Amino acid sequence: MAMDILMIEDEPNIAEAVRFILTREGWQIGLHDDGAGGIEAITQQRPRLVILDLMLPNRSGAEILGDLRAADDPDLAATPVLMLTARGETTEAGQKADAVLAKPFANDELRAIVRQMLG
Amino acid sequence: MTERGALHVLTGTRIRERRLALSRRQAEVARAVGISPAYLNLIEHNRRPVTPELLGKLAAELQVPPDELSEGREEARIAALREAAAHPSSQGVTPELDQAAEFLARFPGWSALLLAQSRRAVAMERQLIDLSDRMTHDPYLLAALHEVLSAVTSLRSTASILVEEDEIAPEWRARFHANLAEDSQRLSVTAQELVRYVDSFEAEGTPLTPQEEVEAWLDGGAGDPDSAPELASDAARALASRIAREMLADRIELPDARLAAVLNATRARDPLLLAGDMGLPLDLVMRRLAMLRPAGYEGAGLVICDGSGALTLRRAAPGFPLPRPGDACPLWPLYLALAMPQTAIARHVLTPEGRLFRSLSFATRSQPLGLDGPVLLRGHMLLLPAEGPAPADALLVGPACRICPRNECPARREPSILAPMPARQPRTPARSRG
Repeated sequence: MAMDILMIEDEPNIAEAVRFILTREGWQIGLHDDGAGGIEAITQQRPRLVILDLMLPNRSGAEILGDLRAADDPDLAATPVLMLTARGETTEAGQKADAVLAKPFANDELRAIVRQMLG
Repeated sequence: MTERGALHVLTGTRIRERRLALSRRQAEVARAVGISPAYLNLIEHNRRPVTPELLGKLAAELQVPPDELSEGREEARIAALREAAAHPSSQGVTPELDQAAEFLARFPGWSALLLAQSRRAVAMERQLIDLSDRMTHDPYLLAALHEVLSAVTSLRSTASILVEEDEIAPEWRARFHANLAEDSQRLSVTAQELVRYVDSFEAEGTPLTPQEEVEAWLDGGAGDPDSAPELASDAARALASRIAREMLADRIELPDARLAAVLNATRARDPLLLAGDMGLPLDLVMRRLAMLRPAGYEGAGLVICDGSGALTLRRAAPGFPLPRPGDACPLWPLYLALAMPQTAIARHVLTPEGRLFRSLSFATRSQPLGLDGPVLLRGHMLLLPAEGPAPADALLVGPACRICPRNECPARREPSILAPMPARQPRTPARSRG
């Protein structure tokens, strides 16, 4: 089955909780835990949605989002991105993302926004 | 009233104010210090000078430190009052600046209170700016907050799963419990570290800018920067260490003994001639004279600026109040020297309070990175107190525009709070003068 969601998040406990919640909703979710290799993971796995943490080691979520939007493949470049960020962090990256979810978030809030993005 | 008279409380006046404040009779005080009442009367009306010895006796008799009665301290306090009045928080308030001297003399306690509160307000403002900068740029703080946020996010999501979700497999339940324990532990440690770190801000809090700390350190004898009590901030210690290294290098090049010997052997007091006689750079001799303050150079002050005009070293000459860091008078010959490197510029300068100084300014150029590197300019201005009437060509300088009363100054860049600019005339028929 094709992957619905790729989550790029370096905090394993957050990633685990999010995967549990979204898997229960019936979505297939893959994880990548480092900024480095983030764009390659998206390119290879072609998810329908990327959940991207802003503060990642080695390469920030903003940089990965920039790489994605600059991809030659227009379908890839248009991949919907949900950015996870702290309130008050730079909004420049948030403006390029399709949606922004501030940490800490309620699980229902996460479910609702993903449901809306995946249609 | 003259400008000097308006801003200057003379020593005699201060002696009189203090005596009257203690309800002491002139004859009684005069007898106690060994002079006639008539002579004390002349002193109190500023018609006779006061020797340092007599000032000491009078101060002891009137139960105040001698510098409470001397003029230099008074001027420093007047300058501090102006600084307080110039603060943006004073906007809309119009203190009687022309009566600052009288205020100081008549109400020393209230003046001290006002100055102390002003200093505290400025210090707190700086600390707030410093903390704000830290909050937005400090990498440790950002990392710690990120850690807290991550732990809280994980705790909230995990706890919600355990409370809200049905039929969680035992292995998942155990895993989430372990995650909760791990995240709460991580949150405790990070929170404690964060509190310790934020507490350290208060310990580092200082009422002075780094430049002012370094100024106080220089005045205090420029001891070891790592243990000098005047240096409270890391920035000040770093600045002082750099200056200490340069002072040491200067001292090796021109030892105290050699400078003293040269000064003893010659009656010349011209730093340019001294430098020529010793075959040493003028800027080095200027720095040594200001730091050592040998006989003939007591009361010397020195300011050094970089090519942007920012003051990088401030050693105040008594009676020549220096502005807050980041501000200065554009008429200082120091800045003329920047435009004429390697040329010694000697000018008499007159402060708004009527203090006369001989100034010697000299700028150097260097290219520490070689031919392809930038040209660095560095200006020095040595200030030496001068006696006698001001020569006609003395330059009328001030500390900084905002607290300088010279309304007609062509270099003015902002209105002064001391001499309000004249109100703009309406574009109606011209008024007759008079």
